[in-house]
Amino acid sequence: MADVQFLFREGEEAVSAPTVALSAFAEDTNATAVVIEPGEDARALIPHLDRLSLVEVTFPAFTDGRGFSSARILREAGYTGELRASGDIGVDMLSHLHRCGFDAIAPNAPLDLAQAETALKVWPQVYQATVVDGRKPIWALRHGL
Amino acid sequence: MYLYDHYDQAMVDARVAEFRDQTRRRIEGTLSEEKFRPLRLQNGLYLQLHAYMLRVAVPYGTLSGSQMKMLGDIADKYDRGYGHFTTRQNIQYNWIKLEDTPDILADLASVEMHAIQTSGNCIRNISADQYAGATADELIDPRPYAELLRQWSSFHPEFLALPRKFKICVIASDTDRAAMRLHDIGIQIVKNEAGEIGAAFYVGGGMGRTPIIAPLVKAFVPLDELITYSEACLRVYNRYGRRDNKYKARIKILVHELGLEEYSRQVEEEFAHLQTLNIEPPLAELERIKTFFADPAYETGLSDDLDLSNPAFAAWVKNNTAAHKTPGYAIVNISLKPVKVLADGTKEAGIPGDATGEQIRIMADLAKTYSFDELRVTHTQNIVLPHVRKADLFTVWEKLVAAELAEANLDKITDIIACPGLDYCTLANARSIPVAQKIAERMADKAEEIGELKLKISGCINACGHHHAGHIGILGVDRKGLENYQLLLGGCEGADTSLGKIIGPGFDEDGIVGAVEKATQVYLANKEGEERFLDTYRRIGMNPFKEAIYG
Repeated sequence: MADVQFLFREGEEAVSAPTVALSAFAEDTNATAVVIEPGEDARALIPHLDRLSLVEVTFPAFTDGRGFSSARILREAGYTGELRASGDIGVDMLSHLHRCGFDAIAPNAPLDLAQAETALKVWPQVYQATVVDGRKPIWALRHGL
Repeated sequence: MYLYDHYDQAMVDARVAEFRDQTRRRIEGTLSEEKFRPLRLQNGLYLQLHAYMLRVAVPYGTLSGSQMKMLGDIADKYDRGYGHFTTRQNIQYNWIKLEDTPDILADLASVEMHAIQTSGNCIRNISADQYAGATADELIDPRPYAELLRQWSSFHPEFLALPRKFKICVIASDTDRAAMRLHDIGIQIVKNEAGEIGAAFYVGGGMGRTPIIAPLVKAFVPLDELITYSEACLRVYNRYGRRDNKYKARIKILVHELGLEEYSRQVEEEFAHLQTLNIEPPLAELERIKTFFADPAYETGLSDDLDLSNPAFAAWVKNNTAAHKTPGYAIVNISLKPVKVLADGTKEAGIPGDATGEQIRIMADLAKTYSFDELRVTHTQNIVLPHVRKADLFTVWEKLVAAELAEANLDKITDIIACPGLDYCTLANARSIPVAQKIAERMADKAEEIGELKLKISGCINACGHHHAGHIGILGVDRKGLENYQLLLGGCEGADTSLGKIIGPGFDEDGIVGAVEKATQVYLANKEGEERFLDTYRRIGMNPFKEAIYG
């Protein structure tokens, strides 16, 4: 499993608890870390959010965007633990992952730090309220909301 | 026309900087072609047979004179002196260099334009009725809603790696000029029984290899829930749309496989959840956008009289202008489907949708002087001057004649929609352009007698040329290494949307031209009263055509 290269959790370290597959999670009542694959329903975790410290959402192929929805769904449901994106991740995905609520990134191959820094700062503002990224969308700024 | 504020400009400028950086990394070699591909596609850059092709967005088909002028200048500066207007109300340049692309995007950004999401598996440029704001038959101008959706869909972080491309269209009249129900989401702005304005959502339409007319998923979405409902539609698709087979990945397949009821139920559930999150822009934002689409300062008390003593002008007025909502004004269509008569009497048809840099600048000037600085691109690959005083029509026509832009053939058999086909496109199985030209040349003399006949040609099953929706459709296929053309009859976009049916075995290039001619002869022999080709076909059915063509 790839290491966490970027962590956006102030003053914390990446969670090191062993992860279990979603299919095993409901049975394994001691598990605090779980992995969700693209075809799996993130909402299955909603009843168990309080015992989770890590949800790892995999991106086996960077062209498969289901993980973006999984992340927002978990954050919208109130999940506050580490939300890790792992897999085939390039620098150009970073800002979008962050906006969908990921706060830890574990790419298969480590990313160039200077490029990553540039990519994370690309967007001066945002058009949408994803809510989970804490950013005010442009329409809110326009109308003083 | 919508004008950018500093936020919009900063977003587009940021995109240019991002793409400049990505292109640099690609050229340096730190970004592989595999990883670069989706990034360049989401900036409209395709790698075609001979060169890169850049597709520039014309949001909801509306642009200003200075924007149009820039499109002409780009054709001259970076391409071979022409551009190609497309069925998605955009413009494409076919001979682009990768290293020039960031500069082209910067030039576009200087006139509030871009190529954002004109390709790739994301929400594409939003299309709309080309007569929006000018036609008498609309409930309200649909473009403010399209602009609201443009902003929402631009760089939406959740929806940039969808199962497949996603096309949204907005109209606000019962006469559908934009093939609304052949989109992934078709929105018709409607009024409910209480007199409130809202949006009817048709979801899961599309062409391609499995053409489907979108079913109505929700009859009335209030305007202050438009974005929230759209987001619910997209989230269900992003999560459950098929990713195992790219030919089954469009939302039409998901809606079809789940069934309308189950898809609607899932969207409703997601909608109810998203409503709790306050992701909807306030109505004040819609009102702000609406102010940009207020009517221009029309003169009042103008006469509707026209001197039609010049027969060529009269024919152009009859075929290429449409009723405007304001007395004394007309909507002018500029055909990009010329058929030139040469000195020896032979005909020479142009490439459908093509215009030279000079022609593009002439149209830009005409818009500035005669149409409140506004133009439209139509999905039929023509250009519209939406607000021309009738008193100016003759002058406008004379200038168009001088620029070889006055072909009086709107919606006639020579006004052909054709995709770029095998002359340019890597996906194509057959050439479309030469077939379109041969048909136009063969049929030009008969076009007026035949009347309205929408002929649409695609060079492969992906259906960019809308062949399913043509009164006559032509589909180019590869048959044992040879180009072969199938003939379809009876398709139609619009309020009475229908899909064409294949009539029988395919033809070679000359054979398809002959088959089209025979089909028009069957129509003329059987036509009753004022029937159009499509009406006669619907009344008499396929058989008389089959007998004439294969008999």
